[in-house]
Amino acid sequence: MAQPVPAGTKWWSGGKSPYNIEYGKLMMWFFLMSDAFTFGAFLISYGTIRFSSNGWPDPNVAFKAFPGFEGISLPLVFVSLMTFILIMSSVTMVLAVAAGHSGDRKKVTFYMILTIIGGLAFLSCQAWEWTHLHSEGAWWGRNPFRNADGTMASTNFTNFFFTITGFHGFHVFSGVIVNVIMLIKNLRGDFERKGHYLMIEKAGLYWHFVDLVWVFVFTCFYLL
Amino acid sequence: MSSPSTEQPTHDNAHAHFDTKPIWRTFWVLLGITLVELTLATIHMKLEEAGHPFPPKYVLNGMYLILTLAKAFYIIAEFMHLRHEIKNLIMSIAVPACLFIWFALAFLIDGNSFRNLRNRYDPYHVEKSHTVVPAPEGENKVPPAQKPGTPQ
Repeated sequence: MAQPVPAGTKWWSGGKSPYNIEYGKLMMWFFLMSDAFTFGAFLISYGTIRFSSNGWPDPNVAFKAFPGFEGISLPLVFVSLMTFILIMSSVTMVLAVAAGHSGDRKKVTFYMILTIIGGLAFLSCQAWEWTHLHSEGAWWGRNPFRNADGTMASTNFTNFFFTITGFHGFHVFSGVIVNVIMLIKNLRGDFERKGHYLMIEKAGLYWHFVDLVWVFVFTCFYLL
Repeated sequence: MSSPSTEQPTHDNAHAHFDTKPIWRTFWVLLGITLVELTLATIHMKLEEAGHPFPPKYVLNGMYLILTLAKAFYIIAEFMHLRHEIKNLIMSIAVPACLFIWFALAFLIDGNSFRNLRNRYDPYHVEKSHTVVPAPEGENKVPPAQKPGTPQ
């Protein structure tokens, strides 16, 4: 925190690290801030359009399917499963970071594999959900769902849904790629040779951010 | 800038010991909040079907927002470890994030004003938003699958 520095002494001239974290981690935080505003812009424009509309489709009608239970109305069930998968993979990611702190290479490998499996499971769920919605006639520019009050809906609902969950899914996909690279580097012993697992922490920050965004996507599309 | 003395403290004393206990506590908190949200949504849905929507939708939405922000706090503070960093860093993230308050409020109010203006000056829009249409295909039955991108 604020400490008096003699005139002419530069903070970066050594001896004192103003944020007390590694440079790359700080840059990851700043990147995530910018990404948060990108997602924020998407979600807020969705909110703006929704506020400017007299009617809006009921998410419990649009998202009511569950694989294997065709024709049965199960709102909220599938998305709860997706949320659970993502939270769980976030937990295994922190456990990988914690294992990295104690320098336990084997444990890092184990938890990274679990995190990657979680990410792939989430992506599979999303692929199924998109395919199902598409088979119902929903896509960019096409909306088969009426407003909750039975009036004609615009295509804003599907456009925003596919754009925002697609952008989030793309982040999950990139996160899985990053995690696979980290896993390979860990298996090759790169981090052990370096003496620290800071790269795992940076990948972890990104992965938690993806989970954080999902929390908001979940609320905005499935609950509100 | 990258003298060895600046890099040394970063991964050694800053958070040398990483406790796994708060991780699992955070997991249970997140799971619990999500279950509360789902329970609220289900209760509301069932009561709406029965014809007594309770709690009112705006109260429910307020609760969802509070619970969502609580989840966000736990993810950032514990999973992303921000709570255990030094104050400089916490403030560098938290202060710019406050812009979201303006961002969300300004644009949602703008959207609301646009709705009011249209309802006042666009009779066709008002008429359309009061005309109940028959359920389109897809809401109840499933049309054959179509490849993405092919014209309808």
